[in-house]
Amino acid sequence: MIIQALAFYLFAIVAVASGAMVISSRNPVHSVLFLILAFFNSAGLFVLLGAEFLAMILVVVYVGAVAVLFLFVVMMLDINFSEMREGFLQYLPIGGAIGLVLLAELVLIFGSWVVSPEAGEVAVSPTPPLGEMSNTAALGQLIYTDFIYLFQAAGLVLLVAMIGAIVLTLRKREGVKRQVIADQVSRRPGDVLEIKKVPSGSGG
Amino acid sequence: MDELLREYLPILIFLGLALGLAMLLIVASLVMGAQKPDSEKNAAYECGFEPFEDARARFDVRFYLVAILFIIFDLEVAFLFPWAVALKDIGVFGFWSMVVFLGILTVGFVYEWRKGALEWE
Repeated sequence: MIIQALAFYLFAIVAVASGAMVISSRNPVHSVLFLILAFFNSAGLFVLLGAEFLAMILVVVYVGAVAVLFLFVVMMLDINFSEMREGFLQYLPIGGAIGLVLLAELVLIFGSWVVSPEAGEVAVSPTPPLGEMSNTAALGQLIYTDFIYLFQAAGLVLLVAMIGAIVLTLRKREGVKRQVIADQVSRRPGDVLEIKKVPSGSGG
Repeated sequence: MDELLREYLPILIFLGLALGLAMLLIVASLVMGAQKPDSEKNAAYECGFEPFEDARARFDVRFYLVAILFIIFDLEVAFLFPWAVALKDIGVFGFWSMVVFLGILTVGFVYEWRKGALEWE
């Protein structure tokens, strides 16, 4: 199908181009917006592969949540980028050296990459044809039973993330008035009202 | 495979229309409008004032907390979708596997509730 091929090239080109813009654009907020564009295009690529569920999760989780988080982080750091660029040439040698070390490590890792013999079996039993089973159902049959340990580990990771975020960022402010519904409900007229009898004629 | 993609064709057409219309509007206003920019016109508009400060003011960290808690529950719900679709096939084991998963996250939920992280002061 020619439309499929055209759509693939469109999504792929835009994804790669926006990925390049993420690291090269001057304004960090623009970088985040290009990242969102890259996520959208990857979602399009997933749809072309027939992986609907992954595409929708990419849009919901990455575009909806992670990108917003990135925006918050960019806004929260309050970095002055013109100031930050001043030392660019000064730090270039160190930065370049670290980059080279990382590149060497990556080359070493990928050079010694051994494909496990079981991987071949997984590759020859790919996702079932879409006529028989939808992609979502195929995932569901594997995640919760075959990969239960990883699934529960994901739950624990999420728990750690939740507690970590609360421990790191939650601060109680002093002197803030809060609504305590139990106190409001249990309040009785006798606690706050006092009826004074004023003898007649003595008022002034 | 082709049937699946055919279902997505309207979305592709929508995308094309939206992109085309956006491009058309931008290009039309570039071509047809008078462009006489000066420094005042290019300045950020702030309700008739001179702009006070940089628009990128620092955000409160509490927004970050809300966003990260949202992501975590978003992921939890994302795990519920394939589970709901495949529940008939994975049986009791799959059901309880998800219940344990939800239980772990409920521990975190109770923690954050008791800590008051859901309250906005």
